[in-house]
Amino acid sequence: MNMWERMYLPAIAKGMSITFGHMFKKRPTVNYPEKQRPFSPVFRGLHVLNRDEEGRERCTACGLCAVACPAEAITMEGAERLPGEENLYKEEKYAAKYEINMLRCIFCGLCEEACPKDAIYLSETFAPSNYTRKGFIYGKEELLIPDPKTDPAGFAKARGEHGEEAPAVEHK
Amino acid sequence: MYINLLAIDMVLVLDKVILVAVILGLSLLIAMYETWAERKVAALMQDRRGPNRAGPGGILQPLADGLKLFMKEEIVPGSSSRMLFILGPGLAMFTAMMTSAVVPWSSYLEIGGRHFDLQIADVNIGILYVFGVVSMGVYGVMIGGWASNNKFSLLAAVRGASQIISYELAMGLSIISLLMITGSLSLRTIVEQQQAHHYFILYQPLGFLIFLVCAFAECNRTPFDLSEADNELNMGFHLEYSSMKLGFYLFSEYVNVFISSAVMATLYFGGYDIPFVNNAALAQHWGQNPVAILQAVCFFVKIVLFILFFIWVRWTIPRFRYDQLMKLGWRMLIPLAIFNMLVTGFLILLRHH
Repeated sequence: MNMWERMYLPAIAKGMSITFGHMFKKRPTVNYPEKQRPFSPVFRGLHVLNRDEEGRERCTACGLCAVACPAEAITMEGAERLPGEENLYKEEKYAAKYEINMLRCIFCGLCEEACPKDAIYLSETFAPSNYTRKGFIYGKEELLIPDPKTDPAGFAKARGEHGEEAPAVEHK
Repeated sequence: MYINLLAIDMVLVLDKVILVAVILGLSLLIAMYETWAERKVAALMQDRRGPNRAGPGGILQPLADGLKLFMKEEIVPGSSSRMLFILGPGLAMFTAMMTSAVVPWSSYLEIGGRHFDLQIADVNIGILYVFGVVSMGVYGVMIGGWASNNKFSLLAAVRGASQIISYELAMGLSIISLLMITGSLSLRTIVEQQQAHHYFILYQPLGFLIFLVCAFAECNRTPFDLSEADNELNMGFHLEYSSMKLGFYLFSEYVNVFISSAVMATLYFGGYDIPFVNNAALAQHWGQNPVAILQAVCFFVKIVLFILFFIWVRWTIPRFRYDQLMKLGWRMLIPLAIFNMLVTGFLILLRHH
């Protein structure tokens, strides 16, 4: 080191000018709860069981999603539609029980791709925290989308910003 | 006659008691908000946001921190020497607060024809008093580290103590050349001389630089925070402390920063002098009391700028290694201070002839 370097002070002044400059830079931080970053269109969040325009459940309990699921997180029980239930279920068969274990789920989206009826898709929300493991096993109450006829606002919210696009993905 | 004397004394005592209370409260308040400013400035320098949840802009953060410290369990390690363990933080806080006694906060207030000096005690050995009290601060570190009965704490305490003692030497020597110009040890006289002439930073730039570096070392602030050294010694001498005893140690550091800022502003930047204005003329024009208040405000602005400088340096410069610290203190600052003394003495002699 020469004399100039050994004085330390020029180097310190340089360092201090750098830190001072940083005080006026733009901060990348987002104030999370008040401000939320928009999700990307391909974001895969919590599952939603879809309804058609008339508010009927689309799921027919065919089990393709359960087969496709690599984490084996999906279980279901089918039931036959009784006369008079046409306004509840779209097809003659429906899922009486439909459960997804959110602790097992890896949010890969294969169920969404496997579904021939556009009945299940991944929304734009996270699984909220819970105190028990049981609380992470989501049944139909948690998964089913609100009825578009009685609760259009809830339906739109559950579908999310890109909800329209998500079921429209073409499979080959 | 006795009654008369007593009456005069009572006013004086009341004046001093109020002044002491105000200054203690103020230094605690400023120390509180120093912690907030430290975190905020650190965040800004690192492109973060800093505390912003407690109150607008995180302004209530110090209160939340204090509450948290009060709520924590008070642990006294079984193997520690209990009395000294409790004495340590108390002593650190005590010495930190004592220094403010000789600092002149403003000129004087005129109430009912009486002059009230805004200074607790104008002792004629003001600077020596500051030095004496500051060097007692070593005991807070040393006793705390020793009483913890912990290798890391003791190591840190020894390091801290030797550091503070080494830098006190250079600090004293750098002050001597200032005192050769002033010819007085009273801080008030020093400020008044600066009001009459230029600030002493113009006469003593090198002396100020040495004093500044030593002040950092005395306060255990970052380039010289070897006694804390979070990553080497796990918080150093206050490793075993918890709850408000830890709070006292942390707080005394901030009070020390405040006081040394005040001392530096007094010695080298004109103290309570309003810059670029003839204070005496202003006092005649506006009356003494508003000017005294304005002077106090000016002084606090200077102090705050120094505090911000302390924080700025802390978040820029990494810690010195122990041998570098000692080398800087003994082989650079002390010779420089002696050199500064010789040059100052030479120039003073030259002016006299």
